[in-house]
Order: sequence, then structure tokens, then C-alpha cells
Amino acid sequence: MSTATRSVPRTIGAHAILLTYTAIALFPVILVIMNSFKSRAGIFGAPLTPPTPKTFDLIGYTTVIGQGDFIHYFQNSLIVTVASLFFVLLFGAMAAFALSEYRFRGNSLMGLYLALGIMIPIRLGTVAILQLMVASGLVNTLTALILVYTAQGLPLAVFILSEFMKQVSDDLKNAGRIDGLSEYTIFFRLVLPLVRPSMATVAVFTMIPIWNDLWFPLILAPSEETKTVTLGAQLFLGQFVTNWNAILAALSLAIMPVLILYVIFSRQLIRGITSGAVK
Amino acid sequence: MGSLNIENVKKAFGPVEVLKGINLEVNDGEFVVFVGPSGCGKSTLLRVIAGLEDSTSGRVVIDGADVSTTPPAKRGIAMVFQTYALYPHLTVKNNMGLGLKQAGTPAAEIERRIGIASSMLSLEPYLERRPAELSGGQRQRVAIGRAVVREPKLFLFDEPLSNLDAALRVNTRLEIAQLHRRLKATMIYVTHDQVEAMTLADKIVVLNAGKIEQIGGPMELYNSPANEFVAGFIGSPKMNFVDGARLGETAKTIGVRPEHLTVDPKSGAWKGTVVHAEHLGADTNLYLDCEKAGLITVRIFGVYDAEPGATLYATPDPAKTYRFGADGKVLK
Repeated sequence: MSTATRSVPRTIGAHAILLTYTAIALFPVILVIMNSFKSRAGIFGAPLTPPTPKTFDLIGYTTVIGQGDFIHYFQNSLIVTVASLFFVLLFGAMAAFALSEYRFRGNSLMGLYLALGIMIPIRLGTVAILQLMVASGLVNTLTALILVYTAQGLPLAVFILSEFMKQVSDDLKNAGRIDGLSEYTIFFRLVLPLVRPSMATVAVFTMIPIWNDLWFPLILAPSEETKTVTLGAQLFLGQFVTNWNAILAALSLAIMPVLILYVIFSRQLIRGITSGAVK
Repeated sequence: MGSLNIENVKKAFGPVEVLKGINLEVNDGEFVVFVGPSGCGKSTLLRVIAGLEDSTSGRVVIDGADVSTTPPAKRGIAMVFQTYALYPHLTVKNNMGLGLKQAGTPAAEIERRIGIASSMLSLEPYLERRPAELSGGQRQRVAIGRAVVREPKLFLFDEPLSNLDAALRVNTRLEIAQLHRRLKATMIYVTHDQVEAMTLADKIVVLNAGKIEQIGGPMELYNSPANEFVAGFIGSPKMNFVDGARLGETAKTIGVRPEHLTVDPKSGAWKGTVVHAEHLGADTNLYLDCEKAGLITVRIFGVYDAEPGATLYATPDPAKTYRFGADGKVLK
């Protein structure tokens, strides 16, 4: 169909570019998932072919579920991610509201200070963080991870959310004040629902690095009790022998929860975009 | 039950002085309009009255009680905003009832008041809808309803009509006028539109650069403006100002309203050429480039045929000509 705004060659061209990009982006993920359903010989013999009846094998999954306490690792990862996300969004939004709503001395300096963490990688402070956790007896607890990830996620959250909160109508907040709503009610009931799309953006950006992180679980909470999924997958990565079936299966499983969370948040994103468009 | 006194209120944002000492008295039941160009401080003054901004100095007294340090919700006021500012997640009914609910009013009483307000503003069919499902005019009526149910001592309107289209603006203006007549409540209304000011007000307060230029009834301001600013601001089209020296007058500036000029093709005081003619049906606006007076506007009632380029003589009505001194004040 050729119309004033669309021509066939251009449509084909655009789709070709997008499809190529999608294929490149998805390739590693598909490779991991494909090979996780194959036998060891299948993985090494023909890594790029999908599982055939001959090479199909669930050995990876049975190993993962049977060996090691993988359900428990999943639970740890979920607790850490969800709790960190909750605190990042709560404190980030509250700080952003204060910065965007109230005039006080040093407001912009405070904003700069809170956003400074974006520019300084938190891993530079690993040694100090470890000393701090040892001193406060938090080593090998999930609390340690939650604290570190909350600190890691806050700067970006404050930075993005304060920009969005400046756009929330002053009249609306003032109407709430005249109706006798407290500042907390104004924040939770009037402002937060209106910045929900930006909250979802921040949630996605915050969540993925936390879920995928290997560094801090390895240093702060390597015990069996507190292992996260990424750390647990290392179990199958030996110095001499690596159990590829198990690793690929563990990685495939690890994609699932984060994918589900992403879908939840991105629906919020889309709803926010369309509701803004029609006023 | 709704008088307001403003005593020497000043407001500064850092080094910028927005209100430079405002004194104002509003009697019970009056409809007062603050009017002035943008940036004159009229909205800031309204916010100070509402308690949304603290004044730098001075007192705000409502019904004899100093409310300078009272939070907005406890001042007995209700405010209608330019952008409606309805709560997007609540239905029309809950939007109207929220303030009362916060104040702990019994549910039956809230219900009763919402019933009265919604019938007054013909909002009954929409009570269960959310703001997103309403048109602009309906939203503004809900915002007015939200103010009405609170039965405040003082209604504050912050440019409530400027987001509405022209036809709706006239209708809503009429509704606000009727509302005032019915409730007999004290209302303070901010606008930059002098037509709204003239049609609604019992008393107009003309503000400029953080100071009150003149307070008075609409006709008082029209017939005897205190200074050049008020004379130029009230009335449409704007008053013509002519340099006194060019006319051989002692006053610095001579002012005459477009409707107080007559034209004649043969003879008159000021000879000029027609630059442009606006035909509005009920009246005609002529723009004349005069030898003595410069570019002036003449408003003629009814239809008047004049082609651009034609020569016309304009004559001011001497009884309705204003003379301004060097300080801008009217010379008696």
C-alpha cells in the first residue's frame, strides 16, 4: 500500500535495518537459550544449530535444579533486587520532590551533590565498603547488598525524577494544599501517579545492573546462604572443567524474572506515553 | 462573613521586589477583580492571600483575624485555578468532596453540599466521571464546584477563564456572575483581560509593577482614571495618547478614547489619512495617521465606509478629553 507518507521501498528498507539490528541484539540471548536445551556433545559439535531430536537434552536444567540450591539463589536475587528497587524509588522520588518543590538555600548545590554519584563508579569504593560492612557485621547478609545497591541507584533516580517532578503542575499541588492535604499526601497521591512513567524508566535502569551484578555478591556476600543467581552460576565454572549445560541453563533461567519485571514496568511506560499524548 | 484587609503587604523573591506595599480593603460580599499586565504581581498577591506564598512583610486579615501565619486549608478560602488543577485519579464527586473529607465533615453533609453545588453548575450527569473524561468547560465548572462546596469566606479565582475558548469564556463568565449573585459571597478574581474585569467586578484593583495604580468601580475607572496607565489599560480599543506639545497644549500628554472622537470628511480638528479600517458590524475601527496627532484609533458606532488612503478629519469631544501631567497623573 502506497500512501502520501509511506512508500514501499522505504518501508522495506526501514524494516530490513530494524530486523538486522534485532537479530544482532538477540543473537547471544538466543544462542544461550538454544544451547541450554542441548547435550554436551551437541553444544560443542554444532553450537549454532537449534536443538534437534538427537541433540535435545534437559541435562543442564536437571543439574541446575538438582545440584546446588538454585531456588534459594533465585530467592536471594529477587529479594535483593526488589528491595533495592523499592528503596531507590522511594528515597529517590522523595529527594527529587524536595529538590523540585521547595525553595531553600543550597537547593541546586544539594541537587548536584546527590547526582554526583552518577559520575563516580561505586566500585572504586569497594575496599572501604567491605571494611564498613565488616565493622558493622553485615558481611554475608543480603542487607549489605541492598544497602550498596540502594546507594548505587539513588543518584540517577534523583537526577531523572527531579527533572520530571518539575513538570508536575504547581496548581495541582496548591489545590491539594488548599484542600488541606499534607505534603506527604500530595507527594504520594498527587505527584507520584503523575510521574509513574519516569518511575518505570528509573526502575528498569536500576534493576538490570543489580540483577546482573557479580562484583558485590562475590565480595560482600559469597556465603552459601546469601548467594545470588549470577554468583551461583559460577559454581559450574571450574578452573579445569566447566559444566556448560548447567551454566547455559542457569543463565536462561536467570533471564526470566528480569524479563517479567521489565514487561511490567514497560507497560507503565507505554501507558504513560499515550496518556500524555491525548491530554 | 467575608471581609479581607491587606495591610502593607510586601513580597520579594531574593532581590526582586514583586509586591511593593499593597493596602487593600474588601468588604463582605464584594466582587473584586485584580487586573494588570503580566508580571504586575496580581497572581502573587492572590497567592499571598491564599497562603500559598508567605509575604515578606505586612498582614493579611480575613474577617478580623490575622491569618498571616495560618496554613491555606485553615484560612476559610477556596481557590479556582487557571489549569483547573483537578485530581486526575478522583471522580468529579470525590474531587469536590476531598477538602471537606480532610476537614472531617460528616459524609451526609458532604453529600448534601455536593448535591447543591452540582445542581447549581449542572454537573449532576458527570458526578461519577474522572476529569480526563470531561471537556475543558466542564472541568472548570468542576473546579468552581469544588470551591463552592467548601462554603468559604473568600473565593479566589486565578485567571479561571484563560484556558477556555472564546464562546465558552463568555458563558462561564456569565455563570460566575450568577454564582456571585446567588451566593452573595466575597470573591477575588485575577485576570489580565480588562473585559472580564469590567463585566464582573464591583470593584477593580489596577496593579502595575507591584503597586496599586487605582481602585474603583468599572465606570469610575473608565470615566475618571487617575493616571495614564489606568486610562490606557481600561477600555478597548486603547485610549489614544497624543503629545501635548504637538497640539500646543500645556499638558504633557492628551488622552482621548477612540469612541470619543468623531470623523468628518470635510473639516475637523485633526486632519489625517486612513491607514486601515476594521469592520466589525456593530462598530468600525479606523486607524488614522494624523498630521498633528500621529497614529490614532477612532471607533465609530455602526457601519462607516472609509477606504485606506482617504482623507478624514477627526475631532475629539472636549468634555471627554483627559490631560496628563509629566508624572502621568491626571491634571484637574
